[in-house]
Parts: sequence; structure tokens; C-alpha cells
Amino acid sequence: MSDVFSVDLLIQVSYFVTAALFILGLKRMSSPVTARSGITWAGAGMLVATAVTFAFPGMSNYEWIIPAILVGGGFAWWSGKRVAITDMPQMIALYNGMGGGAAAAIAAVELYRGETTGYAASSLAVVGGIIGAVSFSGSAIAFGKLQGLIKRSVRFRGLQVLNLLLLVVAITHGVLIALHIHDAPSVVTWMFVLALVLGISMTLPIGGADMPVVISLYNALTGLAVGFEGFVLNNAAMIIAGTVVGSAGTLLTQLMARAMNRSLGNVLFSGFGDTGGAATGTVTGSLKPIEASDVGVMMAFAQKVIVVPGYGMAVAQAQHKIWELCQLLIDRGVTLKFAIHPVAGRMPGHMNVLLAEAGVPYDLISDLDEINAEFETADVALIIGANDVVNPVARTDKSSPIYGMPILNADKAKNVIVIKRGQGAGFSGIENALFYLDNTRMLYGDAQKVGAELIQAIKAVG
Amino acid sequence: MTGMVALYIFMLAAFTGYEVISRVPVILHTPLMSGSNFVHGIVLVGAMVALGNAHSPLEKSIGFIGVLLAAGNAVGGYVVTERMLEMFKSSGARQARASKGTH
Repeated sequence: MSDVFSVDLLIQVSYFVTAALFILGLKRMSSPVTARSGITWAGAGMLVATAVTFAFPGMSNYEWIIPAILVGGGFAWWSGKRVAITDMPQMIALYNGMGGGAAAAIAAVELYRGETTGYAASSLAVVGGIIGAVSFSGSAIAFGKLQGLIKRSVRFRGLQVLNLLLLVVAITHGVLIALHIHDAPSVVTWMFVLALVLGISMTLPIGGADMPVVISLYNALTGLAVGFEGFVLNNAAMIIAGTVVGSAGTLLTQLMARAMNRSLGNVLFSGFGDTGGAATGTVTGSLKPIEASDVGVMMAFAQKVIVVPGYGMAVAQAQHKIWELCQLLIDRGVTLKFAIHPVAGRMPGHMNVLLAEAGVPYDLISDLDEINAEFETADVALIIGANDVVNPVARTDKSSPIYGMPILNADKAKNVIVIKRGQGAGFSGIENALFYLDNTRMLYGDAQKVGAELIQAIKAVG
Repeated sequence: MTGMVALYIFMLAAFTGYEVISRVPVILHTPLMSGSNFVHGIVLVGAMVALGNAHSPLEKSIGFIGVLLAAGNAVGGYVVTERMLEMFKSSGARQARASKGTH
């Protein structure tokens, strides 16, 4: 015990501190008040862990390690700083995929070296390697789809069978390696190739609307892979951080899927996400247009206005104009609130981030459960680029694909104003019954331009 | 660390992750996903150890890619999460930064 203050002890203690900082950081991130300090805590943990790892006993190859960190970190810093907030989801996918790839790389180094002792270590290396590789290639496809690099969803009969086959063969290779029955480098290579192909073919058929759930799933999978490789390397920080993310990510994935009224299996295996125009509308009535000046007057003299923003607002980059408009109304004494559907934007909570970017304080933003009872007392519900999330068909029409999805009760407001670019159907191709109601008026135009017109109209009221 | 102890750590960490997330408001789903994405960037530590102990050129090449990817995960995850959370301010806090642009 004379060697208590050894480097090894320093490393172990540092990893312990890192794990604690990660958990505390994540805990702080789960409340809007403390969220900003949460990432700082977790970041401090990461710095500590990285720094002490340089002192790891028996380490060499620093001339490789340092450039790799600089190149990888530099690229991520550069890309992360300049990406638009609307494009956040695909960046998360990209960085997550990199983590999965790193976990797979650790497994590959260990397995090619063939020195993993015991069945437990080699099995965990194999499992972590397969999961990491799937997460790597799958996330890359998710990134490509959201970024618009991959436009079509590839889907053909027997694809699910092919995926199952890929999985089974990959696992068979894994078992051979793990039990040291046949662990030649070629077998290891095949296992990784199969896993990479599986990640691609699993993700290609999934439509853009479901991608957030898939990204969240891959996030959880990467966490698990990191945890498993932590067992292989006997690294407590990796085990704890990876496992915490694995379980937290699984729960988050379930919450997201539930918010979209889908089950996870449904997302992965049905490919509904971008069925365009499949639904037939049985909606009667007519679309009644209105001028911006009339809407301006209506809102200026309203008691209470509820704004329902959708992804259309973000696409038009109108959040700043809309917030300017809202501030005018607030100054006039109008009670104003934002109603956010759980799946508004590209992923749950994405719309909150976009509004926050425009400077909307989060205490004006309410989610579905908080706000739904209030629509009855609202004079105006202003729908901006939102469609399916306010479609009353979800409550009434059992044949509709969105039947059962919780919606915002915008139709209960005294007046409903819909700002919309044109007369097309929504993201899912479903006709929106809300647009045809007697108390609904359509305000056509680009959300940003319409926002400017409304500001003019309200200022004109004086 | 014996196998059993590792298994206990695994179980407790899994429950911890579940508990930490279980009562989170929808408003924070995206930032939290991004935050947990950053946390598994700890794979950088493992990738460094793997590369640090690599001998053959093949091991070194794979290790190099591993460290590069892991560093991207950690740094990118941090930058993106930090940028998102930077925007969460209440009405009170907003008054203070009235003139600051949103770049």
C-alpha cells in the first residue's frame, strides 16, 4: 500500500469525479432553470477525464493521438459553431454517429489484436462493436436524409427479411469470434461490414418525419456500445457514462415516440414517415381567405391570443418577425401565449429551441397539456405553418392515419387564423378539417412577409 | 474490477439514467438528447487508450480513426448543446441582454 498516490489512483479518482459530474450535469439539464450550467458541469468532467488519460500507464503513440484529437475536435468545433439552429437535429445525428464509430473502432482494435482474455470480454467487445457500427452507419444515413443529401426513401419487398438476415449473420460471426472458435481477422472484418450494411439498410426506409425518434434510438445505442467497450477496457468512466446514456436515451426515445403517437416498432418497421398523399380527405366546406390588415385589427383588440407555431414558421425563418409581432401585442395589453405541440418542429422540443433563439422567454411557452383548456377562452388562435398538429380529424376520423394523436384544440378558439404558404396539404398529406371551419380564416403568404404585414397593420391601429 | 462489481455498476448506472430523465419536460427533449450525446463522447478516453496501446499499423490506423471520431463526438456534442441551452432564458433574464444580437 506504499504506492497509494500512484498515477493509477489519480486516474481512477478522476474518472470517478467525471462520472459524478456527468450525472449531475444531466440532472441539471433536465430543468430549464439549471440547464445551462448542466452542460458546463459535464464539459468539465470530459476535460478532466481526457487530461488524465494522457498519463495512462503504458501509453505511447502520442504523435498519433494528438493530431487525431485536433482534427476530429477541430472539425466538430467548426461545424457545430456555424450550423443553423434549424439544422441541429442532423448535427446531433452526425456527432452521435461519430461516437458509435469510435466505439466500433475500439472493438476492432481489441478484436484484431486477438488478446481479449475470457469469453466475457470478447463477447462484450463483439456486442459493443456491432451496436457501434450499426449506430455509425445508421446515423450517417439519418444525417444524409435530414440534410437533404438523400432524398428518397429506399423500400422494397423483403427488405425486413434482408435486415433480419444481415443481423443473424453478423451475430453468428460475432459468436464465432467471441467464443474464439474462429477469430481470424477476416471474420472480424466481415462482422463489421455486415453491421455497417445493416445500419444503412435499417435506416434508409425510414421517412423524415420519424427520423428524430431514430436518432434518439441510435443515441441510446451508442451509449450502450460505449458502456460495453468500457467493460472491455475496464474503464469505469465509460461504463457509467455509456450505461447512463443508454438507459436515459432509451427512455427519451420512448417519450418521443409516444409524443408522436407511434410505437417504436411502428417507426422502425412500417415506413409511414413520408407516405405522401395516401390519405383521402372527406372534408366539406370552403377555404375562406382574409387580409393581413383585418387580422391585425382583430388581434390588436383581442383579449387573448394563442400562437401555434409549426415547422413552416421555422422554414420561413419567421420566428424573429413573429416575436416582434407578439411583443407589439403584449405592449397593447393582450394576453399572449405560445402553444407548442410535442412534435412541432423536427423533434420534440425543437420548436422551443427555435423560439428561444428568437428571444421568446420560455415562460410564455406552454405545452399541449397546459394550454389545451385555454383555447376556449382565446379570441384568436394564430396558426403559423402548423398543420397536422391542429387537425381535428385526429379526434374524430378513425380512418385517418393521425387518428388518436393528441392535438392542440385550436378549433375551440373564437377565431382561427391560419398563416400558410399555399393551399397544399400538410407534411403527412392529410386534408386539414380545421381550415374549413366557419371560424377559420386563411392568410396566405410566406410567414416572414405576412408577419411584417401584420406588424404594419397593428402599428396602424395606433 | 471483478465481473460482478462491473455488473452492479451497470445496473445502478442504468437506473440512474432512467431516474435522471424520467420527469423531464418536453421543452428540453432536444437539448437533453444532445447533452446525452455529448456524455457518450467519453468514448474518447477509451479510444485514446486503444490507440495508445496499438502496435501494428492496422491497429494504429483504426485507433487513429477511433480517436478522431470520438473527439468529434465530444467536441461537437458540447458545442451544439451549449448553443442550444444558451438560448433558454426567462423573461427576467431577457431584459438584461436586450441589445445582444442572436448572431
